[in-house]
Amino acid sequence: MLKDFFGKRKKYASIPSEQAKTDVPEGLMQKCKGCHKIYYRKEMKKNVNVCPNCNYHHTLTAWERIDSLFDENSFQEWDKQLITSNPLDFPDYEEKMKKDREKTGLNEGVVTGEGTIEGHRVAFAVMDSTFRMGSMGSVVGEKIARAIENAKDESIPFIIFTASGGARMQEGVLSLMQMTKTSIAIKRFSKAGGLMVSVMTHPTTGGVSASFASLGDYNFAEPGALIGFAGRRIIEQTIREKLPDDFQTAEFQLKHGQLDKVVHRHQLKHVLSTLLQLHQKGGKSLETNS
Amino acid sequence: MKQILDFEKPIVNLREKIAELKNFTQDSDIDLSEEISTLEKRLSKLEEDIYGNLKPWDRVSMARHQDRPTTLEYIENLFTDFIEFHGDRLFGDDEAIVAGIAFYKEKPVTVIGHQRGKGTKENIRRNFGMPHPEGYRKALRHMKQAEKFDRPIICFIDTKGAYPGRAAEERGQSEAIARNLMEMAGLTVPIICVVIGEGGSGGALALGVGDHIHMLENSTYSVISPEGAAALLWKDSGQAKKAAETMKITSYDLKELGVIDTIIQEPKGGAHRDLEEQARNMDAVLEKSLQQLEAYSKDELLEQRWEKYKKIGDYKLDQSIDL
Repeated sequence: MLKDFFGKRKKYASIPSEQAKTDVPEGLMQKCKGCHKIYYRKEMKKNVNVCPNCNYHHTLTAWERIDSLFDENSFQEWDKQLITSNPLDFPDYEEKMKKDREKTGLNEGVVTGEGTIEGHRVAFAVMDSTFRMGSMGSVVGEKIARAIENAKDESIPFIIFTASGGARMQEGVLSLMQMTKTSIAIKRFSKAGGLMVSVMTHPTTGGVSASFASLGDYNFAEPGALIGFAGRRIIEQTIREKLPDDFQTAEFQLKHGQLDKVVHRHQLKHVLSTLLQLHQKGGKSLETNS
Repeated sequence: MKQILDFEKPIVNLREKIAELKNFTQDSDIDLSEEISTLEKRLSKLEEDIYGNLKPWDRVSMARHQDRPTTLEYIENLFTDFIEFHGDRLFGDDEAIVAGIAFYKEKPVTVIGHQRGKGTKENIRRNFGMPHPEGYRKALRHMKQAEKFDRPIICFIDTKGAYPGRAAEERGQSEAIARNLMEMAGLTVPIICVVIGEGGSGGALALGVGDHIHMLENSTYSVISPEGAAALLWKDSGQAKKAAETMKITSYDLKELGVIDTIIQEPKGGAHRDLEEQARNMDAVLEKSLQQLEAYSKDELLEQRWEKYKKIGDYKLDQSIDL
């Protein structure tokens, strides 16, 4: 009968069985944020989180970054035990921090320490945007300032990877003052002849871009990284004008003379080690200066 | 017409009533002096109650008051022979920042400050006191010159923040601010900063690496405006009042947090009520501050500057974390 063709409509959506669900383990695949192609997560990881198709640079955690750059087993962490004391008694702040500590396995938004890159010993700070958006409060400022001071005392170069939305609201003006603290540390280091390299990764904005991120002897950035002082939405509201798509990208900053170089993640280790080598042979050595 | 702030309304109303009664007694034979004196007593009690118990949000409104004295007014009242100099030698002249040299009690000093406008026309010219990179670079040029000629630097801070605009970003707002922080760190002359109105985030800080930081009682200094904080934290800029309290942005908060050195008292009702008295209060603090800083050698000066900022911030050591 003709009505059989119309009457056999399924009434309920089908739910895959538990068996079928586990066929594809969670997190096996990853969609590229640039070209939306789907890749094996493992494959993407092997490519240091850069899309093999469109070169989109996905976020790296602090430890992924460290693993991708340092000679094996050469990294030693500093000031791991520093954590926030919630100086403004800000509501819910400590719980949020606890959650982020559990989520990321980090104690704060930056990992500092020393290690070797192709044999060159350096002091290092790497921010992690998965921890409170990499925001800078007292601990982040303190750890970075201490790392710079250590670099000065040890007469080794300092390399920082920035990834931060800016100052941390929950520590108010104390966060703001970390910009000053770190900048003075850089001045002292620079006066002693120290080499500082800043590599801005996605995103580097607000108080972080307006302090140490911009104060390297060389300022690099990863392709496509968002870099700027004020947020796009605030600017659009202020000037009542739609901003171009490439506004505040690394490429935009390069074009406007705000960066030395945009470096692909695959080339980073090579560029950094070459730079370290160039500063070892020529120029003032730290020893004679400090 | 003077701008009347919400919390001042009871005072203003009572003052008007007293004035009315006074007029009335003048024009008629009835003697109301007893009533007037009762009301005047009540007025002074009311003023004490209100001005003596300002909430953070009241101070925010005071800091933003349209008649609040600006950098140029303090310069006129505290210094002599001020000459303003223009331009950053790179791009242009940003009138949101004024800079120049003058005598302070017969001593040459460099004076730099954010400059808001009085009235719409001047405000547009001065971009409401929100600088572009060229403003910060002009400031830095003058600071370097101050160092060359061994002049102390006095900075007045009064801005909502660095201007969030397209051109500002293109010319390196971040770099300009960062550069000032780093270069101010190394200047071998005393730097004294006074927050006179709003101290808005990085845009304020770029003139704020002082050996001493003083704040007018009803000024504010913060990482973000209360409206911005409310929008970010609670997705509702209407909660600015609450944010003003949570964020700890008043002079008293900053003193407690160890960020500033001195709170400069304001006349009853705010700096705009009596500019001369305000200038005198500031003068006393400036003079002492300068005396203290001039006692340092150049090396000592840089060392104490580092020690001062190194201490700012709060954290703890969690020994349970495995090393």
